[in-house]
Amino acid sequence: MKNITFSQATLEAMEEEMNRDPSVFVMGEDIARQGGIFGQFKGLPEKFGCDRVKDTPISETAIIGASVGAALAGMRPVADMHFADFIGVCMDEVFNQMAKVHYMFGGQKSVPVVLRAPDGIVNQAAAQHSQCIEAWFAHIPGVKVVIPSNAADAKGLLKSAIRDENPVIYFEHKGLFPMKGDVPEGEHLVEIGKARIDREGKDLTLVSWSMMMHHATKAADKLATEGISVELIDLRSISPLDKETILASVAKTGRLCVAHEAVKQGGVGGEIVALAAEEGLEYLDAPVVRVGAPFCPVPFARPLEQAYRVTADTIYNAVKKIL
Amino acid sequence: MEAPNIAKISAKTPLREYPKEQLAFFYETMLKIRKFERTVEERFLAGEIPGFVHLYIGEEAVATGVMANLTHKDYIESTHRGHGHTVAKGADLKRMMAEIFGKKTGCCKGKGGSMHIADFSVGMLGANGVVGGGYNLAAGAALAQKIQGRKDISAVFFGDGASNRGTVHEAANMASVWKLPLLFVCEMNEYASTTPYLTATSVADIARRAYGYDMPAVIVDGNDVFSVYEGAKKLVEHIRSDKGPAFLECKTYRVKGHFVGDPERYRTREEVQKNIDERDPIMLFEKKALKAEVYTQKDLDATQVKVDAMIAEALKYAQESPEPDVSELFADLYA
Repeated sequence: MKNITFSQATLEAMEEEMNRDPSVFVMGEDIARQGGIFGQFKGLPEKFGCDRVKDTPISETAIIGASVGAALAGMRPVADMHFADFIGVCMDEVFNQMAKVHYMFGGQKSVPVVLRAPDGIVNQAAAQHSQCIEAWFAHIPGVKVVIPSNAADAKGLLKSAIRDENPVIYFEHKGLFPMKGDVPEGEHLVEIGKARIDREGKDLTLVSWSMMMHHATKAADKLATEGISVELIDLRSISPLDKETILASVAKTGRLCVAHEAVKQGGVGGEIVALAAEEGLEYLDAPVVRVGAPFCPVPFARPLEQAYRVTADTIYNAVKKIL
Repeated sequence: MEAPNIAKISAKTPLREYPKEQLAFFYETMLKIRKFERTVEERFLAGEIPGFVHLYIGEEAVATGVMANLTHKDYIESTHRGHGHTVAKGADLKRMMAEIFGKKTGCCKGKGGSMHIADFSVGMLGANGVVGGGYNLAAGAALAQKIQGRKDISAVFFGDGASNRGTVHEAANMASVWKLPLLFVCEMNEYASTTPYLTATSVADIARRAYGYDMPAVIVDGNDVFSVYEGAKKLVEHIRSDKGPAFLECKTYRVKGHFVGDPERYRTREEVQKNIDERDPIMLFEKKALKAEVYTQKDLDATQVKVDAMIAEALKYAQESPEPDVSELFADLYA
């Protein structure tokens, strides 16, 4: 094991995969000369040259569209979106092109593209630079969606995403970049579509992901001091969803809470509790509960942003209602 | 205002100097497209073909003249009006027709249909149901060709309507700044769906916009296959010598409605008929070929018979092919 930041973990993944496969290249705004706005690409151009680490024009549509086209012509592009919010600029390229090509052309060519999408609230960046939008993509057949919460998964999921033959949207919470964590030495892959049981418990299943896992951990710790045993699941992949792990846990605990940073309405939490209602109702001893942000854009001013944020306390209070 | 990047090119090479195979490719390809489209239209109206169908009739010289400069290693991105490009790129007519019929034996296994037809085996990377959806995909294919050090190029076809999508700006700028091997082929067919192009487009010659991307541009009569061929040839040579992208504007005319079933209330029957009578690309080829005595009427008739047989075979194949089994619903969702 080595203790490195989330950002360094993604950099290791990029380096290893670019060394392993010459068809892997990365493009995005400010990634080569600047090294990425979070330093997550530092040193790559020196190692791989500017043909494989490309600074692009501010043209998100071209970045994603060209990634799809390059994939059709035999490359394995990684496209950096700068901020996840900017995927809104190029949704056609994501959901009509990238997600559809393999299926609608009868499987003639796979589309091994990775979209790196830094998301989440950090530094009061407000409405257009703070959003968590993973739910949008959970609704699109043909893409996979992964969302690591720690350095080890950041590396393992990014490597798996690059090797996957399908388009993968890789959400990386901006607040996680400087966080350190233990990452296994050597080859480290994390299977896409498999959740991780972070801690075992018997009283309640708490499902979370990305930055919210850290708040969920604090909430679970506090509940533990009260003698409540939480089974904490780090979802890691939004699509495909690891239904088995979730249902098996609910069967054991009889209670389910889902917590995410994204807006609660229409969020992935709804999908997970619906899964429990449809396929695991007989396991449930209490109503399910969802924790998410209020139905409102992310505000700028400090007190408003703080009021908006989902925290360990929000989760704790929600869970207490069903115990 | 001047646009110094533009050359207006009319074919100069006497027909007698064209290799026989080249002339045969022109005539046979245009006929294949025309007869394929007529059959599709007829079968659609008979209720045999589902979905939406957009016909390329009258624009055959564009796909044919451009594709005569490309090989199967070169890529194209096509449009919702994509049958002509697909035929000209060399796709198998049987599997194409089967796809349009929604059959299991189609080139996309019946998952795509007319608007989403593709044949990667000949470098045809797909029609696109989204107008202007192909530019950036083509730029990416060209980027891959450049990174891989290949000598092949990519071409993207689009109409005057699609020339007003913002996507073209991003693709053109990126292609120019990275000197990508990409040919932009504008099929100026005068109508964006039902909208006459000048009511929605800032310039009469769309090629003028290429100047803003520092790209050479050529304007040709898109109904004269020889002019399209020679105009495209000049630009393809530029692109293959690693000098970056180029822009070809082909002035053509959409003889058919936007889609089969379009009531065409936005233009007169006389306008359409005039274009058919005076500018039909196949008629123009025949006239020139007979005049230059490179073909006899007998040669032309023989080609007609040969192509009729190909289309009949394709139709039979499509009609007799099975539909996909429902067990294939999830096939190819993920690779």
